[in-house]
Amino acid sequence: MAEHIIESIFRFLPEIALTVTLVAAVVADLILKERNRNVAWVVLAGLVVTALLVLRQAGWNESIFSDMIAVDPFAVFFKMLLVIAGLFIVLFSVKSRELEQNITRIGEYYMLITGVIFGMFLMVGATNLLLMYLAFELTSISSYVLAGFTKSLRKSAEASMKYIIYGAVSSGFLIYGISMLVGITGAIDIYGVRDALQAGVEQQSALYVAVIMIIVGFSYKITAVPFHFWAPDVYEGAPVTITTFLATASKVAGFAMMIRFFRISFMESGALSVPGLDGFIAIVPWNIILAIFAALTMLAANLMALWQENIKRLLAYSSIAHAGFILMGLALLTDEGISAMMIYLAIYLFMNMGAFFVVLLVTNKLDSELISAYEGLGHRSPFLSVAMTIFLVALAGFPPTAGFIAKVYIFGATVSAGWIWLVAVAGLATIISLFYYIRVVRNMFLVDPEESSEPVILDYGSTAILVLLLIPVLLLGVYFTPIVTWAKDAVTMFGM
Amino acid sequence: MEFTIFGIGILTWLVFLPIVGMLIILLLPGENKTAIRWTAAGVTGLQLLLAVVVLALFDRTALGINDAGSFQFVEQFEWIIVEAVPWVGKIEIMYFLGIDGLSVLMILLTALISVIGVISSWSIEQKVKGYFALYLLLVTGMMGVFVALDFFLFFIFWEVMLLPMYFLIGIWGGPRREYAAIKFFIYTFFGGVLMLLVMLALYFSVAYTNGAGEQVHTFNLLHMMNSANFVEGSILYGLNTTWRYVAWVALFISFAIKVPLFPFHTWLPDAHVEAPTPISVILAGVLLKLGTYGMLRIMYPILPDGTVYFMYLMAFLGMISIIYGALCAMAQEDFKKLIAYSSISHMGIVMLGMASLTNQGTVGAVLQMFNHGTITAMLFLIVGVLYDRTHKRGVYDFGGIANQMPKYTGIAMVAMFAALGLPGLSGFVSELFSFLGAFDSFRWLTIISVTGIILTAAYILWTVQRVFLGELGDEHKGMADLTGRELLMFVPLLIIVIFLGVYPGPAIELMNASLSHLVDFVNGGIR
Repeated sequence: MAEHIIESIFRFLPEIALTVTLVAAVVADLILKERNRNVAWVVLAGLVVTALLVLRQAGWNESIFSDMIAVDPFAVFFKMLLVIAGLFIVLFSVKSRELEQNITRIGEYYMLITGVIFGMFLMVGATNLLLMYLAFELTSISSYVLAGFTKSLRKSAEASMKYIIYGAVSSGFLIYGISMLVGITGAIDIYGVRDALQAGVEQQSALYVAVIMIIVGFSYKITAVPFHFWAPDVYEGAPVTITTFLATASKVAGFAMMIRFFRISFMESGALSVPGLDGFIAIVPWNIILAIFAALTMLAANLMALWQENIKRLLAYSSIAHAGFILMGLALLTDEGISAMMIYLAIYLFMNMGAFFVVLLVTNKLDSELISAYEGLGHRSPFLSVAMTIFLVALAGFPPTAGFIAKVYIFGATVSAGWIWLVAVAGLATIISLFYYIRVVRNMFLVDPEESSEPVILDYGSTAILVLLLIPVLLLGVYFTPIVTWAKDAVTMFGM
Repeated sequence: MEFTIFGIGILTWLVFLPIVGMLIILLLPGENKTAIRWTAAGVTGLQLLLAVVVLALFDRTALGINDAGSFQFVEQFEWIIVEAVPWVGKIEIMYFLGIDGLSVLMILLTALISVIGVISSWSIEQKVKGYFALYLLLVTGMMGVFVALDFFLFFIFWEVMLLPMYFLIGIWGGPRREYAAIKFFIYTFFGGVLMLLVMLALYFSVAYTNGAGEQVHTFNLLHMMNSANFVEGSILYGLNTTWRYVAWVALFISFAIKVPLFPFHTWLPDAHVEAPTPISVILAGVLLKLGTYGMLRIMYPILPDGTVYFMYLMAFLGMISIIYGALCAMAQEDFKKLIAYSSISHMGIVMLGMASLTNQGTVGAVLQMFNHGTITAMLFLIVGVLYDRTHKRGVYDFGGIANQMPKYTGIAMVAMFAALGLPGLSGFVSELFSFLGAFDSFRWLTIISVTGIILTAAYILWTVQRVFLGELGDEHKGMADLTGRELLMFVPLLIIVIFLGVYPGPAIELMNASLSHLVDFVNGGIR
């Protein structure tokens, strides 16, 4: 036993590195006092070390701490994404003017970010239902604080409050579903649940309710319609950096946990529909519910995005819509669908962060989050506008950007599984999405700037960050073998 | 046939030369307009030279279409390879270029129209750098579509054209440019999504067995044309199934939007009226052909059962386009809009000819694609010349131009009469072939369609009368005749129009082998 624990600790090094980073951030904050913005560099260094440690885990396929956490290619894939997201968020935060106004508390800001990443690491690896819930809560509670970080702003405080209330409800659903599941199957980890389901359980209707509860709980986290209502307000009110974090990393982690849970517990067990039960419930397998959520999410979010005047709200709805596209993959119940989800999530991370970074820079310079502020930006800052155009057309799914590859894989998996109606809805949603993405592009290039407007000059640091984000968005569009191979291998070695 | 320059195949040069030009332009300072213009002219000129080399070395007897061995100037490299995992087979996307009789004339047309477009763009003064950068990107997209033999590659080039076109209309266009640009964008994007879905369905339905005995899913168009490669039980397996018809209709709509065929044509008049002259030239000269080319290259050989099943629908829509386009053209007072509608009418003839599934009809259709490209390009340039001088383009705004601008009028007459289908000019030959082929297959539809010729004659002659004949208005008395630069863009087109009118043989020989093979293949075993 002791040997197992010691061995487990060595397989847990990235998480330990994050914990050390967290402590280091606290200490640095105390020592640096007035110069506490430099905590950012401490956290950055910690994240780089974590990234290296995660890289070392490539190819591992272990279960540690008595089946509490899996260190498999799937988890490593997502940890890598999360740590990359974390690195970029810290860099964004350094450039953010919004956060400057709360400079005295900036130390705890970075500390909380590290904490959230730690929670997310646990989320993507957890195989024990209780740990899953704990990790879920750890990320959520830290995120509530972060969303309200600029608390002197009414909007931010409101965002935080809304987030807490909705988040609490979603946790409630999740824990309720989990406890029912534990009761029905008598197992506390997802492998146990799988075995119990394969052996057959008696309380079919209770199982059904439990699954729906869990789906609802997850749906809040990944902002699937109709459980998305908190997202636009929270995204608008929170500081841009945190909005980016919530829209990318948080969603990625939520999806990762959801995929692992459903893939291991339910996909192979055949407990998809409810045999032995009459009437309506019996003929509606749970994955149909997911498919309907996905379709609703794509359509509703894309339609609502059309009327937005605030760029952050627009991107919020866009990210909800993308959750719909991604969710399609899970409804298919195929490994192809899951690998397509992973590819989509990875690419989505880069293109969405890029778009949000441009928003951050524009807000810094022009003090406005309105879409009308982008009018004539093409003349005032050609590079920034071209970069934004690339991110937006990637989000819309145009070749030769990575966004196209993401769409190809998720659409492809859906077609391959024979869900033609779902892919038709997705196609329609894609066409709708073009309208609002192109509206921003239009404002930038098709509207002439006012006479008085001055050029917007970017500093070298921001330009470098933009380029770092542009590279994957363009490169993965023309050469996507590595990411596809990685995702497919990860799914193949899943939970063995 | 192989031809390489510095170890890189000639088709790659043709496609990516404009991208090189674009990068050079992006590095040049924006104030140096002359250098930017000359770079664009140099790059497209070089491209035209390469296209002529391709034409000269082209082997007319080679079949192409679905026969991998007889494609020419082939370049085939592995691009994306994902090794097989237990639950999904090997994935393969190729960088696969090659031409046959169907595409060879289209390549020449694209290169030629691109050069002429650059010459015509000389008068663009605003944001020259951005303009030419986007222009060259557009040229790469167009050229790429005509040489790609992998569906994935084809699709990427197809979509790459969209954004430059949106900006070119939206930034440099007329007063309602935004509306026109977004309308164009939405229509074609809609078509693109439909094509994407069909592409994916085909991809999952087609798998060939490679040398190592593995089942490989592929986007290779030639493998998709082989019905033996369709996996049993897959969505598009079999012949004459509902899903195959659905796929056919989706593909047809996505191409018909580009053609544009009634009832998907409404973006075209707006786009043409608002676009600057060179972009109208590109749009009418090359972009519209992409639709019919796509049908012949992809829809016909991959879904032959659907093609045969829906041939009357195609012919019917072609007929409506001919008549409706001509009637609309007659009602227009805007010269440019008039020509835009005449384009719809003429592309209807292409549709009718190729729907016939006869050798004559298809040859006529492809020749008509080429001829329409040259003739309509001339017509748009003609409008552009008037617009440059007077900033007006209403047909009633002019009159008596003939005396004031004799050279201009002479060229305009040739173009107008070629559009009308006068024997001795190129339009006649291809229209005749199209109608002859169509008459074999659908008698009544063709008879009704031919009345479109009369309508065409009516609106063209009426336009000639209104613009060129009659009294010269006082405000037009000072108008200068064509400048040297303007002559330079008209003369090559003029020569081609007259030459192909008198002696169409060489052009027909270029494509005959491939097209008769295509017709046999589509008809074979199905009809």
